Amino acid sequence: MTQVERQAWDVVVVGAGGAGLRAAIAAREQGMRTAVICKSLFGKAHTVMAEGGIAASMGNVNEGDNWQVHFRDTMRGGKFLNHWRMAELHAREAPDRVWELETWGALFDRTADGRISQRNFGGHEYPRLAHVGDRTGLELIRTLQQKIVSLQQEDEREFGDHEARLKVFQECTVTRVLKEAGPAGGDGARVAGVFGYERESGRFFVIEAPSVVLATGGIGKSFKVTSNSWEYTGDGHALALLAGAPLINMEFVQFHPTGMVWPPSVKGILVTESVRGDGGVLRNSEGKRFMFDYIPEVFKDKYALTEEEGDRWYEDPDNNRRPPELLPRDEVARAINAEVKAGRGSPHGGVFLDVSTRMPAETIKRRLPSMHHQFKELADVDITAEPMEVGPTCHYVMGGVEVDPDTAAATGVPGLFAAGEVAGGMHGSNRLGGNSLSDLLVFGRRAGLYAARHAADVGADRPVVAAADAAAAEAEALRPFSAEEASAGPAGGPVENPYTLHQELQQAMNDLVGIIRRHEEMAEALHRLAGLRARARRAGVEGHRQFNPGWHLALDLRNMLLVSECVARAALERTESRGGHTRDDHPAMDRAWRTVNLQCRLATEEAQAAEPVGGAANGPVGVGDTGLAGGAASGAEPVAEPGLGGLVSDQSGQIALARKATPPIRPDLLQLFERDELVKYLTDEELSR
Amino acid sequence: MSYQAHFKVWRGDAEGGGLRDFTVEVNEGEVVLDIIHRLQATQAPDLAVRWNCKAGKCGSCSAEINGRPRLLCMTRMSVFEESETITVTPMRAFPVMRDLVTDVSFNYAKAREIPAFVPPAELGPGEYRMAQQDVERSQEFRKCIECFLCQDTCHVVRDFEENKAAFAGPRFLMRVAELDMHPLDAADEAGIDRKRTAQEEHGLGYCNITKCCTEVCPEGIRITDNALIPLKERAVDRKYDPLVWLGNKIRRRGQ
Ligand SMILES: Cc1cc2nc3c(=O)[nH]c(=O)nc-3n(C[C@H](O)[C@H](O)[C@H](O)COP(=O)(O)OP(=O)(O)OC[C@H]3O[C@@H](n4cnc5c(N)ncnc54)[C@H](O)[C@@H]3O)c2cc1C
Ligand code: SF4
Ligand code: SF4
Ligand code: FES
Repeated sequence: MTQVERQAWDVVVVGAGGAGLRAAIAAREQGMRTAVICKSLFGKAHTVMAEGGIAASMGNVNEGDNWQVHFRDTMRGGKFLNHWRMAELHAREAPDRVWELETWGALFDRTADGRISQRNFGGHEYPRLAHVGDRTGLELIRTLQQKIVSLQQEDEREFGDHEARLKVFQECTVTRVLKEAGPAGGDGARVAGVFGYERESGRFFVIEAPSVVLATGGIGKSFKVTSNSWEYTGDGHALALLAGAPLINMEFVQFHPTGMVWPPSVKGILVTESVRGDGGVLRNSEGKRFMFDYIPEVFKDKYALTEEEGDRWYEDPDNNRRPPELLPRDEVARAINAEVKAGRGSPHGGVFLDVSTRMPAETIKRRLPSMHHQFKELADVDITAEPMEVGPTCHYVMGGVEVDPDTAAATGVPGLFAAGEVAGGMHGSNRLGGNSLSDLLVFGRRAGLYAARHAADVGADRPVVAAADAAAAEAEALRPFSAEEASAGPAGGPVENPYTLHQELQQAMNDLVGIIRRHEEMAEALHRLAGLRARARRAGVEGHRQFNPGWHLALDLRNMLLVSECVARAALERTESRGGHTRDDHPAMDRAWRTVNLQCRLATEEAQAAEPVGGAANGPVGVGDTGLAGGAASGAEPVAEPGLGGLVSDQSGQIALARKATPPIRPDLLQLFERDELVKYLTDEELSR
Repeated sequence: MSYQAHFKVWRGDAEGGGLRDFTVEVNEGEVVLDIIHRLQATQAPDLAVRWNCKAGKCGSCSAEINGRPRLLCMTRMSVFEESETITVTPMRAFPVMRDLVTDVSFNYAKAREIPAFVPPAELGPGEYRMAQQDVERSQEFRKCIECFLCQDTCHVVRDFEENKAAFAGPRFLMRVAELDMHPLDAADEAGIDRKRTAQEEHGLGYCNITKCCTEVCPEGIRITDNALIPLKERAVDRKYDPLVWLGNKIRRRGQ
């Protein structure tokens, strides 16, 4: 390991998006020496692409808003699968996190009386999204970036070194979280640092630190049609799994209803929800505003039933109900899917989204400047004069690292924290628009704070990286350069092109574990994933380690395959439809499933070898239903007690699933809802508690 | 619909390199970045290029196409003749790392030299009140996606490497202007004179308002007209008239 550079810091933050930067600021403000690592240049993380806004119940536009209302909307949006405590903290703290940005120089759009303006968004009862035109993410990332620079300027004044206590290692990829040499199998062993490579030079490095915060974002690059960039290969999800921490809710993937569908090269690129929040409407090829036909039972009394009422709502929200174009994303995405399937789609397989007949051209250009620009430049469409064509695109993963709500600590790995899109639980089965940016700030700050405290508590008793682990991480990273060996070995076969493998993976996930899911297809997906995993061991690259994208992709494949398996396995297991998980063969939401979180862990060798547990109904994948004995569909309580879930890993997989009971919602929070509403979501047992 | 295009792409590293010829498929609606990706996937798996959003929002994919600084993801293939040879080279003003990827650390160093926003002492979080029309000027500059194409194109550094130490470049002079026009920035109270430092520390004087930066800005920010020229005017006022400084300060207090 002579060539590996080693450095020691107190807190390492993996990721420089909103969550990572906010965590780094918090850790540094606690006096901890903090290193941030990111794959792209500083300031380019995915957060930069967020458009619509950041949700916080400041009540600047409608005084009726407060954290309780925000909490309620968030729980409804997530179909009550959210971790209630995360939803509570998020709703309570979001306004402070937004106001704080102003003190760091952010310039949000204003109301007439000079406060931060707030806009309407799907699922939010009041205008709640603070925004800057449709480039809110850029404002967020730039503000955090500039705050970091200002902290560095402080250090320069104090220590003569900008990077004395806060350094950004840009264009570096972390491939392993390292732990101390622990007792048998490393269970309970503490985090000791990270292993990674510089993208530019290909050089390896180890950063030792007692606290590691994962803030790596999402997983969209496992799907063919996505609004996500190359960075979204599920690295943090995989790093957590490999370090022994479980993921939850991985079956819930949000398909944003409105992605571009034409031309093919931009398919999937996001069309912000603000288009609808500001008055845009969805029409099918017959010119009909079809969303009125898709208002689900649970939302019937909350949405306008006529176009006239919906239109009046924009001006007079207190006396009218909102138009159904603003239903939560999962509902709108499914509706678009159904219209296209029924043959009422647009020429390129989407539906029409129109603002041109709803607002004057000047207003459109002012309120939606980057959408105007995007369509003009990329599709030759002038949205002030003609409708856009849009269709669903893979956008966000609700699932992620299971964390303690207050401290953002991952389960079972001391020193590991997670925040932002990589963390699970906050959004339940479906995230509301605008709730991610606020999530990043609320839980990014908490993760940084508690990571700093953990590092302080560890003090001089710093965990030491197990030398063998660092060596193994290096060997793993180098494998794609010696694919010939794997190819000639016992599990041999031709050397594989990582680009080809990636395309096949994306196609499989898109077709088989996409927006509408079926048992047989998901079983087929697991089968294909197993095949791809075997081939990925022979993924080979040419050239050298300097800025070599083929090599980078070959390494990312490990992560995408792990995460894809989590999604497919959990989706196969959950025999109901809820939020971002829609089953053709189980189309209804089942209250019994509300009490169940599916937890994914890396299958240990013993678990992989063991027979699947869980009773007769747990047949091997591909036969019958993998649901529990009795089946959730019959209304039986799926889990008797927390932790009693059976392992349902199949032998060819790397992931073991377990059922975990969701924590009971605190009574005072339940009282924020009418009983009539709760009966739609909660089991009788929960209601009688 | 699809056709075979001729590309010349610069390949090499800090030691040197040259243009390589490629013939590659182009389909309807594609942008130059799609073609670079196709080259990666089919002919040159180790071709280095930066990109993220593919929608002109992150400013990663800056390069020069036929000698002109542009975003690869926002340059549509349809603007070229099918018979045209398209030449893609890395940004010229920054040192090459590999292929189309340059070392842009100059820009990050400049960013650190500009004193950050100074929050007004008398206002707590949530108490900021600003009129939309007053924030709009700075908001225009905050649209900047930090593609650094303006930095690449400005002749002050493009042609004179030695000016780099003394000249922050249009992007960061604009940052000074942005803070200077922020309705609540309390730099004065902190003893920071943004206008004077623009002139004396960040090289505003080197700019001879050629507007080349404005022309290449993919965000359409009017860097020269709205940031640099007003900053120059303010800096001149400041230089000759100490009363302006006092007046500004009093007016701000009275707001
Ligand atoms: C087009 C679009 C529009 C959106 N609009 C909105 C909106 O209006 N409102 C809203 O609330 N949400 C929105 N979202 C969702 C929101 O932007 C994201 O969920 C959020 O930005 C994720 O932030 P993050 O901090 O978790 O991760 P990111 O911002 O994605 O940052 C991840 C960071 O981790 C780094 N990283 C990843 N893997 C590694 C590794 N192995 N080693 C080192 N570094 C690594 C990356 O380089 C990056 O710096 C939108 C999403 C998209 C795609
Ligand atoms: S206007 Fe000034 S900053 Fe812009 S390119 Fe010309 S000299 Fe450079
Ligand atoms: S001002 Fe324009 S050209 Fe310059 S870095 Fe910003 S976006 Fe790019
Ligand atoms: S890839 Fe983001 S600007 Fe081109």
